[in-house]
Amino acid sequence: MQTNNKGSFSSIRAFLCDPFRMFGVVSVILLLLLTVAPAKDYFSQWRSYQRQYLNLIRNRGDAVTLLRHFQGGIQQIWIPQLGVIDRCQTCHVGVAEASLADVKEQPFRAHPPIPHKLTEFGCVICHRGQGAATTVSEAHHSKMAGEEPILPMRYIEASCGQCHHEPLEGTPKLNQGRLMLARYGCVNCHAVTLPDGSTMQGTDNPPPLTHIADKTTREWIYAWLKDPTSYSASSTMPNFLFSDADASDISAFLIANSTPQPGDSMAYSATSSGSASDSSAGAVLYGESFCASCHATQNEAGNLVGGDLGPELTNVGTKVKPGWLMAWLKDPHTYDPTTKMPQYRWTDQQLQTLTAYVAGKTDPDFVANVHLQPATQAQIAHGKKLVIEYGCASCHEITGIPKPDNFAPDLSRIGSKPLVQLIFLPGMEQSLPAYLAEKIRQPRAFGPSLHMPKYSFSTSQIEDLTTALLSFTNRSFTLPPNLQIPAVQDTNYRPAGQAGQLMANINCLSCHRINGNGGTMAPDLSWEGSSVQQPWLDTFLKNPNTLRPTLIRRMPKFNLTDSERTVLTNYMMTVYQTPAFERDEMPLSGYSPDLVEKGRQLFYSKYACQSCHIVNPNQDKGYIGPTLTTVGARLNAAWIFHYLKDPQAIRPETIEPNQHISDDDAQALTAFLMTQKTIAGQGAK
Amino acid sequence: MIFAMLLSAAVSGCDHKKALPPALTAKATGTAIVVVSGDKQLGSPGSQLPQPLILQINDDQGNSVTGAIVQLAGPPGVAFTPQQILTDDNGQATFKVIMGGINGRYELTASSQDAHGKTFSLTIPEFAAGYQQEVGYEVNQKYCSRCHNPDSTSEQVSNYDNLAVKPHRFSDGVIYNNISETDLTTIITHGGAAMNRSALMPPYGWTLNKAEIQGVIAYIRLISDPPYVAPGVVYQKH
Repeated sequence: MQTNNKGSFSSIRAFLCDPFRMFGVVSVILLLLLTVAPAKDYFSQWRSYQRQYLNLIRNRGDAVTLLRHFQGGIQQIWIPQLGVIDRCQTCHVGVAEASLADVKEQPFRAHPPIPHKLTEFGCVICHRGQGAATTVSEAHHSKMAGEEPILPMRYIEASCGQCHHEPLEGTPKLNQGRLMLARYGCVNCHAVTLPDGSTMQGTDNPPPLTHIADKTTREWIYAWLKDPTSYSASSTMPNFLFSDADASDISAFLIANSTPQPGDSMAYSATSSGSASDSSAGAVLYGESFCASCHATQNEAGNLVGGDLGPELTNVGTKVKPGWLMAWLKDPHTYDPTTKMPQYRWTDQQLQTLTAYVAGKTDPDFVANVHLQPATQAQIAHGKKLVIEYGCASCHEITGIPKPDNFAPDLSRIGSKPLVQLIFLPGMEQSLPAYLAEKIRQPRAFGPSLHMPKYSFSTSQIEDLTTALLSFTNRSFTLPPNLQIPAVQDTNYRPAGQAGQLMANINCLSCHRINGNGGTMAPDLSWEGSSVQQPWLDTFLKNPNTLRPTLIRRMPKFNLTDSERTVLTNYMMTVYQTPAFERDEMPLSGYSPDLVEKGRQLFYSKYACQSCHIVNPNQDKGYIGPTLTTVGARLNAAWIFHYLKDPQAIRPETIEPNQHISDDDAQALTAFLMTQKTIAGQGAK
Repeated sequence: MIFAMLLSAAVSGCDHKKALPPALTAKATGTAIVVVSGDKQLGSPGSQLPQPLILQINDDQGNSVTGAIVQLAGPPGVAFTPQQILTDDNGQATFKVIMGGINGRYELTASSQDAHGKTFSLTIPEFAAGYQQEVGYEVNQKYCSRCHNPDSTSEQVSNYDNLAVKPHRFSDGVIYNNISETDLTTIITHGGAAMNRSALMPPYGWTLNKAEIQGVIAYIRLISDPPYVAPGVVYQKH
């Protein structure tokens, strides 16, 4: 065997030692090696996709056009100022071919229509991933060295948010997520700085705790801290998962730290208002005052009914002391100067009735099992330590504890956080969106010492929030400033003078918007003085009857005195005027019957206004727009004329379509509408 | 030979996967599947549908059946939790549906077996809206649905009953599938009268921009029932 081996070995040596043979062999090897490069190129993934694409389009009706558009080889979009080098179109060959919309298999599908051109922004700005890569795994899934994998489709709206900081029509998740960041007070602890330098502000308006003992009991605070949602399902306060002892200590500290304030409480006697008639009177007053426009209550079916501007009142009697409630209803600004609740000017008898009714909304089970021992000094001190540790003062005003700065991690660039900096839970998907969603869902699972509270969000709410967080990227700070579209910020407009005080007192800006400041529940009043006639405004404030019968949120009656109403209407008629036209440029009456008749015909035939408005209640039915039965006594003629000409120019939010009405037609319609001064169209006949 | 082994392993692997679902055994059988709620929802690509899909199994008397098996299947990319389930005490089965990554119409198939082991099924359409359709949906919610949707809610009362000429529901494919893109654009832009239709439909060309009008049409096409098939392009399978 050995000899045999030796023999073959020597023969190989003999073979190789011949320089010609050696040269031949090496040449062959070299040639083979040289073929590797073109072969690797020929068998590359993208070439295979391009061949498949050509096969796919061959049998289509528009094959010639598609073939003419097709370019082989590596395709690249290069936009230096955005830092974009995208070769995605090398495989996604048909991405710009609108006619391929029916193709379902990737990578050949056409991109669905969006407002941007592919050549202006490229692909990775929205989809993330590695644009320069030419294999699927590198382009879509690479996580090495801080590279971003592709963004899952369900969070794609986050990419719009890198430039668009205002709400967009096509991005409901992003809009909702941003609203939630403000509404649930996320941004009270976590700073979020936008590329334009502004910071996000909370809209949750948490109550001050400086004199909380005037308002509620230690038992209620304890039960509330333990589980806010069991008191009110719509609560924006999260659950901090406190132990019994910790909740007890914090409640002890808050009560001990509270300083009583004169005017926080009134003498309220339950005995004088316990009868059944009073209770129904309370319900009537609650309804008449339209409390439900802002406050929700749970009905028998368990559904919340009412607005969400103020707190839910289903069990409020369990929370507040009746004496405090009555003082609050008399003037809420005494307890909380920044409250959105208006002062209603109820009589003492009405206050008694309403207090009895509202205080009767109780859930005795909520505090039934809470039995707290009187607090010791050590407990109070421990409670204070916890209040500081958990950053309660980030949201609430607490005597002796300043609002902490940078309490929680800054989230301004959270959407670009590298994966290597994240610690994942065992078994969870290793991606940034999954991390963010899980962190919101169960924050304490990521470490026992974390202080982040737990919200009870639904899956879709978590998706919305994650979308909003993913929009805070590094890229949004490096994009050219001319691409950034900032959100419209509220102005700090406040009405001036005596009327201003009155408007602050009944908190007009909680619901109405004036000069860019205020709520959006009710109509914008910036140009109310041009719009309405003063006598109508005065009557309306005296007894606000709704103009739109289908609305459930309505203007309450504030029981203003005659002189208060005069001050208010004078101010509004003088100050809130549009610069677009002169209010009195058209008369309130005296139009020729011919013109009125022409207007009537235009109203009913050409413009078919009766589909949405009622002029004659006996025949018209439409109720999408306000009833126009007495519009001639409500609106100014010039306002009607200009509104008809271009509704959106005067009220950008209105759904009344701009019908491009000619001056003559608008004049005739105005004349017809101005004759509608009393109900049933008597004025017109 | 190695290839053959790999092939057989792959085949057996497939078999194994197919054999996985019958971990549940039906305790009862029905003859029909009905949708309780959650069909024809508008979701977004890659996301869970806003409402769960609730199905009910009925017997031939129309009574609900408890303990019957319900399975869901759908196009690639669609995920269900759970994939199959036994009906509860009310004869109902509740599924969470996560849509695929592409926008468009998705047809899910719910199936169950009757007493003879024969499979019966029901097709359930769901919709995933892309950017354009989402814009259309928002415009629809603000402007169109007040008249075009006859269903009233406490938040938004429908104007449908007040109109002398009744508008069509946007999902009414029998009507809308026969109106071309150009004609729809004209009706929305210039009003119903421009196309010799109801003058109660006002013109929106000076209120909505082009993209919004395109969006509304894309939305109408998406939710159309029967489904809309775009004319023109001939697509043969090769």
